[in-house]
Amino acid sequence: MAEITYRQALHDALREEMTLDPSVILLGEEIGIFEGSYKITAGLLAEFGPERVRDTPIAEEGFVGAAVGAAMLGMRPVVEIMTINFSLLAIDQIVNHAAKIYGMFGGQTAVPMVIRTPGGGGQQLAATHSQNLEVWYAHVPGLKVVAPATPRDAKAMLTAAIRDDDPVIVLENLALYNTKGEVPDGEQVATIGRAQVIKPGTDITVVGYSRSAVIALDVAARFESEGVSVEVVDLASLRPLDRETICRSVSKTGRAVVLEDDWLTYGIGAEVAASIAEGAFDYLDAPVRRVAAAEIPLPYAKSLERIALPDADVLVRVINEVLDATRFTRGESR
Amino acid sequence: MPGRARGSVKRAAAAANPTAGEPPEVLIDYYRRMALIREFETRAGEMYTKAKIGGYCHLNLGEEATVVGLMAALRPTDYLFTNYRDHGYALCRGMEPGPVMAELFGRVDGVSGGRGGSMHLFDVKRRMLGGYGIVGGQLPPATGAALALTLQGEAGPDADAVMCQMGDGTTNIGAFHESLNLAAIWHLPIVYVVINNGLGMATTVEHAAGEPELYKRGCSYRIPGERADGNDVIAVREAATAMLQRARTERKPGLLETMSVRLRGHSVVDPARYRSREETAELRSRDPLPAFREQLIGAGVLDAEAAHAIDSAVERTVADAVAFADASPEPAPDELFSYAYATEVPNTPRAMPGDPVLPVGWDD
Ligand SMILES: Cc1ncc(C[n+]2csc(CCOP(=O)(O)OP(=O)(O)O)c2C)c(N)n1
Ligand SMILES: [Mg+2]
Repeated sequence: MAEITYRQALHDALREEMTLDPSVILLGEEIGIFEGSYKITAGLLAEFGPERVRDTPIAEEGFVGAAVGAAMLGMRPVVEIMTINFSLLAIDQIVNHAAKIYGMFGGQTAVPMVIRTPGGGGQQLAATHSQNLEVWYAHVPGLKVVAPATPRDAKAMLTAAIRDDDPVIVLENLALYNTKGEVPDGEQVATIGRAQVIKPGTDITVVGYSRSAVIALDVAARFESEGVSVEVVDLASLRPLDRETICRSVSKTGRAVVLEDDWLTYGIGAEVAASIAEGAFDYLDAPVRRVAAAEIPLPYAKSLERIALPDADVLVRVINEVLDATRFTRGESR
Repeated sequence: MPGRARGSVKRAAAAANPTAGEPPEVLIDYYRRMALIREFETRAGEMYTKAKIGGYCHLNLGEEATVVGLMAALRPTDYLFTNYRDHGYALCRGMEPGPVMAELFGRVDGVSGGRGGSMHLFDVKRRMLGGYGIVGGQLPPATGAALALTLQGEAGPDADAVMCQMGDGTTNIGAFHESLNLAAIWHLPIVYVVINNGLGMATTVEHAAGEPELYKRGCSYRIPGERADGNDVIAVREAATAMLQRARTERKPGLLETMSVRLRGHSVVDPARYRSREETAELRSRDPLPAFREQLIGAGVLDAEAAHAIDSAVERTVADAVAFADASPEPAPDELFSYAYATEVPNTPRAMPGDPVLPVGWDD
């Protein structure tokens, strides 16, 4: 077990899979000589050469679509899109091609490709460079979307994504790259499609994914000292969505808050809340609350950016509101 | 087409006798294939009006010589990507007319089990890698297939190559330019073929393209372009063969433009009212099929009787294909999720409209 960064974990997964399987190739802008905008691919060009670590022109539709075609011929391309904002240039290839080819052609050919891309705001990159568009992809049958929160999951999920025969989007997060955590030695392959209870609790469920799962964990620890037992569910997989794990948690706690980095309306939290409302209605003591980003093209100015994005303090406030609305007394145990 | 740019058409010198030097059996085979496409498309149009075929349905009528010439240049081991106007390509790739028609009918014996329909014909064994309905959508994957070939084998006369077909209107979309650029910088074994039938749906090439001589549009990427007479099956075959050869041996991409006419509307439901009566008559005079028949009869390769025998044979073939399609069952409801994902994972959605998000009793 070693403590490494989320960045290093992603790097290690790429390197190990490239070593094991010669059909794994990397494509993306500035991933070779520049070693990646966020340095995930550092050293890989030197180790595997320019055929397998291919710097592409700035042509997202072209190179994402090229990965689709290479995957159809049996390669396992892992594409880096610098940030999820630029994935919009490739959305036709992702949604109309990668997601469709296996089913539309009656299972004759699979498309075993991975798109790695970070989302996330809070870096003062302003409106076009700060978005959380994962729900756009999580909406689409034919795609799988995973969103690791920890270095351990980053490695295990990227490994699983590369070995999976379907197009998988691995949502990374700018704010997580430097976070550290324990990563077990040896091969770890996550199961795509399962949520995980990353902290058990009895009083209230907080659902998050990626950065928001990390915040939820931190907030849960704060509440613990006040005698409130928060259960944290990390979605981990946005498609497929593990509704049963979410509802099972709520059936125990009777209260739920979703923390999400995307916008409120039609967001990931909307789907989670609707799933709880239907699947666990009888267990609910209060309406499900969602903590999401303010619905505005994110401003550059720090003072505005800060208040527009959900954070731990807002989550604490909303948890308290739900607890108070249900006349929860601190220290009570259900 | 009035005002349509006409570049130097290849083999102009051979125009007097374009079939000279070709073995008669080859020419007869080309005629048979052209006649098969003509009959298949005509019957597909009829089946559409009988509501046996749904959705969109685009025909290769008027493009038979082009389709046959291109497919004659392609080896069985090469890969083909096309747009939605794909029936003729599928047939020439060796896909059986019955399963192709069954796909149009949306039946289980269709080439993709009825999941793709007319616009999305696919046969992995024959390396026909689709039929794509999004204009330009096939270009990046075709380019990536060519990239895979460079990683999987060496260049040489026996190397595989990719052919990527598209319409004239497709040269205006971003994916065209991104793909050609990638093919150029990565030295990919791919030939892009533009079927210039003069029109997008009703929008002319001149109205849509800053450089209406479309074979020149590769020049930004230093991809050599060439224009061939799409009504001359041999000219098309020769031009495509030469480009494929360069792709195989030198890993040089090519851009081939073929000039032909679209005899009917954009799709079977389009009455093409935007064309005048005179224009339609003029187009008919450029129909490649009777012209080729007469040419072969003139050259003594065929006589009227033999031509008629071929026509009757393809009629029977297509009638059998229609009967096959009609007899094939519709996919069963329990097959809905059969090809949802290649790798099964937990919680893959299987809910039908109106189903609860979790099965009743999930919490028992
Ligand atoms: C991206 C996209 N935009 C629009 C359409 C609708 N559409 C289908 S075919 C077509 C015309 C294409 O013309 P061309 O490329 O010349 O091919 P042709 O139909 O003449 O074979 C259009 C606009 C589409 N399918 N995809
Ligand atoms: Mg056209």
